[in-house]
This record gives sequence, C-alpha cells and structure tokens, in this order.
Amino acid sequence: MKEYEKTGVLSIEDLRLPSEEQLKKGVAVIECVQNIPCNPCVDACPVKAISMRNINDIPVIDYDKCTGCGNCVAVCPGLAIFLVKTKDDTVFISIPYEFLPIPNVGDRVEMLDRRGEKKGKAEVVRVRRAGKTTIVTIKTEKRFAMVVRNIRVKDA
Amino acid sequence: MRIKKHPILEFDREKKLRFYINGKELYGYEGETISAALFANGVTTFSRSLKYNHPRGFFCGIGKCSSCLMTVNGIPNTRTCITPLKDGVEVKTQDAYADLPETKHKRHKKKVINTDLLVIGGGPAGLSAALEAAKHGVNVLLVDENPILGGQLIKQTHKFFGSREEKAGTRGVEIAQQLRKEVEKQENIRVFLKSTVFGYYECEQNHCFGMVKRREDYTEEIYELHCKSVIFACGAMENMLAFPGNDLPGVYGAGGVQTLMNVYGVKPGRRVLMVGSGNVGLIVSYQLLQADVDVAYIVEGLPKIGGYHVHAAKVRRCGVPILTSHTIVEAYGNERVEGARIAKVGKNWSIIPGTEMDVKCDTICLAVGLTPSIRLLSQTGAEIRFIREAGGHVALHNKNMETTVPGVYVAGDGSGIEEASTAMLEGKIAGFSAAYKIKNKAFDSKPLKLYHEELERLRDGPFGVKGRKAKEKIAVQWSDKR
Ligand SMILES: Cc1cc2nc3c(=O)[nH]c(=O)nc-3n(C[C@H](O)[C@H](O)[C@H](O)COP(=O)(O)OP(=O)(O)OC[C@H]3O[C@@H](n4cnc5c(N)ncnc54)[C@H](O)[C@@H]3O)c2cc1C
Ligand code: SF4
Ligand code: SF4
Repeated sequence: MKEYEKTGVLSIEDLRLPSEEQLKKGVAVIECVQNIPCNPCVDACPVKAISMRNINDIPVIDYDKCTGCGNCVAVCPGLAIFLVKTKDDTVFISIPYEFLPIPNVGDRVEMLDRRGEKKGKAEVVRVRRAGKTTIVTIKTEKRFAMVVRNIRVKDA
Repeated sequence: MRIKKHPILEFDREKKLRFYINGKELYGYEGETISAALFANGVTTFSRSLKYNHPRGFFCGIGKCSSCLMTVNGIPNTRTCITPLKDGVEVKTQDAYADLPETKHKRHKKKVINTDLLVIGGGPAGLSAALEAAKHGVNVLLVDENPILGGQLIKQTHKFFGSREEKAGTRGVEIAQQLRKEVEKQENIRVFLKSTVFGYYECEQNHCFGMVKRREDYTEEIYELHCKSVIFACGAMENMLAFPGNDLPGVYGAGGVQTLMNVYGVKPGRRVLMVGSGNVGLIVSYQLLQADVDVAYIVEGLPKIGGYHVHAAKVRRCGVPILTSHTIVEAYGNERVEGARIAKVGKNWSIIPGTEMDVKCDTICLAVGLTPSIRLLSQTGAEIRFIREAGGHVALHNKNMETTVPGVYVAGDGSGIEEASTAMLEGKIAGFSAAYKIKNKAFDSKPLKLYHEELERLRDGPFGVKGRKAKEKIAVQWSDKR
C-alpha cells in the first residue's frame, strides 16, 4: 500500500517531475496518480500536452508541449493541477482556490504544504477567476516549488 | 447558523417568514424547509423517543427516513426536511405516538392521470430517462418528492468527474440546472414536485400507482396514476452505523448535512467528526470547510482511504487529518452531541485497547455508504436479490434496464449504488427502451450501443470495480432465470 492511500499526502516520489529547464518555462504539475474515470484536463488543453488512452488512465503530461496556460488547472475537478514556474531563486506557484475570502494582488498569505502545515508567508502576484474557482499565483522561494500546495488567506 | 457568504453558492433570502415552534415565535426565509429554518434557529431536537424520552433530530435530510417527523399546522407525521416553510406555520415537536389527523385531512377525492410513461424520481437518472423517452415521442409524467428537481445533484457544489459527455468538470448543481431547463423545454414531460408515489396497485391493463401531492397549505391531494411503462429512479438511502449515542441530535447522514448547507445555506454545527473516507465523506468534508465549519478528523475503519486520492488531498492540504484504521466508539452529550470517542481498530474491526481518543465536536457526520431505495419497486413483484456490491437489495434487470415485470424499468442508484455519470447513462438506456416498447417500434440499437460502451468505459477502472461486479452478478442471475 502506498503511503498516500493511508494519509492522503503524496510524496515527491509518487510524481514525475519536470526538469529545471521545463520549470523555467513554467509548466503544469499534475498530482493525479490513480486510475479514476476522469478526463476533462485532456479536453481542456489547447496544445494537446496531456494524454490518456482511455478515461481511466492516469493523465500523462508532455512538459515540452505544455505552455503553462492554466486551462487544465481551472477545469480539473480534483483541483489536482498546479502551475509552477521558476525564475532565479524564486518560484511562482498557481493554486486552484475555492474558499473565502479571495485574496488580492499584493496580499501576503499563509503557505501550506500537502499536509496543511504552515510554511511561512508569500505574496499574491496574480488572481484569476475561472468560473467559481479562483487561481491564485503566489511568489516565494524556489525551495517551496514542490512543497507548497495551498494557501490560507484568513490568518494573513 | 446561516451561511452568509459562500465561495460557490449564493443564497437568496429575500422574504422573511414568521413561524412558531411549540408556540414560540421564530423567523425563517422563503425557500427554506421547516427543518432548515429550525436548524438556523438552533433547534435540533424534533421529537422524543417512545420509551426513554430521548431527544431525536433529523438524519437523512432528503425525505427518506422518519427522524424529522413533526406536527405541522395540526397535521402529524409531516416530514419537515422536505416541507417548505410558510408564513405563520405552527410546528410542534411530536412524541412517538402522534395523534391521528382531524377528519378534514382524511377524506380525499382522487384524481386520475393517464400517461405513457411514469418516471419516479427526478435525480440524474430520472431526468435523463424522462428526456430520452420524451425525445422519442412518448408522454412522460415525472414525479419527485422534493420541492426542486435534481435529486442528489442539487447539493453537489464540486465539479464532477467522468467524461465530457456526462458533463465532467461541471458542478453537480449546474448539471441539475441544465437538465431542468431541458425538461422544461419538452412539452411532453409533465412534472409533479412535492409529490410522493406511495403504492403499486393491481389493475387490468397497464400499471397503476397511488400518488400524494402536498399543497401549499400542507394539505394533500391524492392521484391515481395509470401508465404503460414505469421507470424507478428512486435513488438511495444513507446507511446508519451502530454505536452508543447514535440517536443523539447532531448525528446526521452526510447527505443530510450536504442538503442543509448547500441547498438551504444552514450550517449543521461548528465542528464535525466525519465517519467514512469514501468520496462522499471526503467531498462533504471539503464542503463543510467551504461553509466555514471545522472538520476535526475523518475516520475510516479500513486501512486505506476509500475515495479518490485527489479528493483526499484537497481536505488534507487544508489540515484535516485522515485517520485510517480508526472508528467511532461512541457519541456523547445531553440534548445533542457534545463529543465523540474514536479508537484504532485491528484486523477484525476490534478496538485496540489504549488507543481511544476524545474528540470535541457538536456534529457527527456518517458517510458509511448508501442502500438502494427499492421498497416501492418491490411492490410490483419484480424479482429482488441481495447483491453486496450494489449496496443491498436490488431488482434483477436486463441490459435495457427492464426488470422481471414487463414494462417496469430501473435506473441509477436505485438499481445499484454508483455515480451520477452512470445514473444518467442508465436513465437514458431505460428511457430509450421504454419509449421503443411503448411505441411498439423495432429497436434501433445504435444509440443503445453507444450508451453501453460509455457505461463500460466508466466502470473500467479500479474505482468502477464495485459497479461492474454488481452489474455482472445481476446479469448472471438474470440469465440463470431465463
Ligand atoms: C457527496 C456526494 C458526492 C458525489 N459526487 C459525485 C461525482 O463527483 N460524480 C458522480 O458521477 N457522482 C457523484 N455522486 C453520486 C451521485 O450523486 C448519485 O449516484 C446520483 O445522484 C444518483 O442518481 P439517481 O437519479 O439514481 O438518484 P437521486 O439523485 O438520489 O434521485 C432520486 C430522486 O427520487 C426521488 N424519489 C425517491 N422515491 C420517490 C417516490 N416514491 N416518489 C417520488 N419521488 C421519489 C428522491 O426524492 C430523489 O430526488 C455523489 C454523491 C454524493 C452523496
Ligand atoms: S497548462 Fe495549458 S498547455 Fe499546459 S497542460 Fe495545462 S492546458 Fe495544456
Ligand atoms: S481533470 Fe484532474 S482529476 Fe481529472 S484526470 Fe485530469 S488531473 Fe486527474
């Protein structure tokens, strides 16, 4: 049994990560690792970067094709896709967010990891509404690129 | 306890209504049910138990159990969870022995309706069945007990899984809206809401049912329905779990909690213990957080989380611990839940001594599975079998969703617990088959084949195993009979 089946928390080993170069360009990191009957991410991608042979397959992303447009982030019902883009020592992480209050650009929000544990504060640099889901982009230290996956606005 | 701001939903509270509980004046809003208005005012005890005078509250929230029965404007045994609030209404808690209603409520003149096809249940299965049949030119009567069409969909604020054909990526509430609009456009679908089909009767030709429609003033009208074919799309009931204190107000079904907060905008409590980590438990936990309610823990008896990892990850990264191999030992409290004790379980579900833990919470939410609703269906004489993977007793049916009684069809959770996506497809198949039979037309098997292929695709993965197995067992038992 995988650890995440017991706790709900993925580890980096469960994921196929992009390279440094690909991260610089900015790509979608898909944290969807089980065979579930779902495929809207495949349909949403304008450059056909995500593929699946049948609806129960695990989505496979071609990081070279991905342009980091974020369409898949907005549509994924599992809220399992994040955009990650690095620049020098910083990283921009875009997170699907469905809580209130919605932060504003410039706000400082609490960063949370996959366990919901606090990882310090980060600045909100972009807020995009996609239907009722909001995609919030935060800017933080590069070491958090594969760590931070949620934000808390209330405590900020 | 009303939700003022919600990230996904808006609650329209335009008209304030006055009502009375045991003579005490309270306020609610138009659009709320009596239960929801009581909850919003902090009233959680709806009746008292027969022998020990224990407080009793609501449980299922969708009109399928008897926990919310109260006396409303002198009419006893009113299911307050599906009864809309009206201005000036007098609600009374009722003891186990309700008085019989006054005679003025008893003598009803029945009305008779004839239709080609009767569809019982307006969830995703029933709506899809009605639409499909209507498109093929038959007259449809669609009946649902609730004030709104949509079944379970009306409270599902999360985006759905499945494929684009089954509206994946769209929120359940929006799917319900889309289907409702399509139904409105079909002139040959007649809809009866706040109406319960209560019995199947013998009659010479056709099938005959009794139906009761609840009027605005809480009195009732009786109908006799005649139809050539009928589709049962009655959905499912929430399962109960046996533990001391499970009858306290504060112990609710996950579906009931979801209805309260997502349909009526009322919080069930402040801090919740969720029992069960299937998709329902995970999703409702997430929705509780969205409604600004604390979730203390999610406990799961099995060693593994039951639902999709993506759903688990959503609540986990908000800081909610998921405790696998844990169960609830007891709920305690006086008038309502004040806390619970949970513990680790060993291999044979035995509690491991010394692992007990106290959890302060005012609500315990049970998400421990569903059982198909077949009580009405079984009156038709359709052959019923216990199929574990289907969630309980279900009617045997063939690939066209027809049962052993000709002209009687099933679809959706009522034919085996699965998903809205499969329910819609089964509804389409049942609607299509019933329409062709009514029209006496030779089967055009092309669309049916597509629906079947899509069903197979959806049931193909590891999470579709249960549904697939259930349907395989049903098919084997069906062919054994022939
Ligand atoms: C929390 C939660 C999350 C879910 N998430 C998903 C998801 O992401 N994707 C997915 O595909 N599925 C999901 N599901 C499952 C899905 O909601 C159900 O499988 C689906 O609603 C079943 O549809 P149905 O039409 O069979 O029954 P229902 O939706 O239950 O509808 C049955 C209707 O019949 C009415 N009825 C019953 N008996 C009578 C009677 N005698 N007279 C009149 N009316 C009657 C009931 O009032 C009800 O409105 C979820 C379920 C839950 C609880
Ligand atoms: S971010 Fe855009 S390009 Fe990249 S996978 Fe998602 S939809 Fe495709
Ligand atoms: S849309 Fe999201 S949950 Fe569905 S397959 Fe794609 S990544 Fe997984």
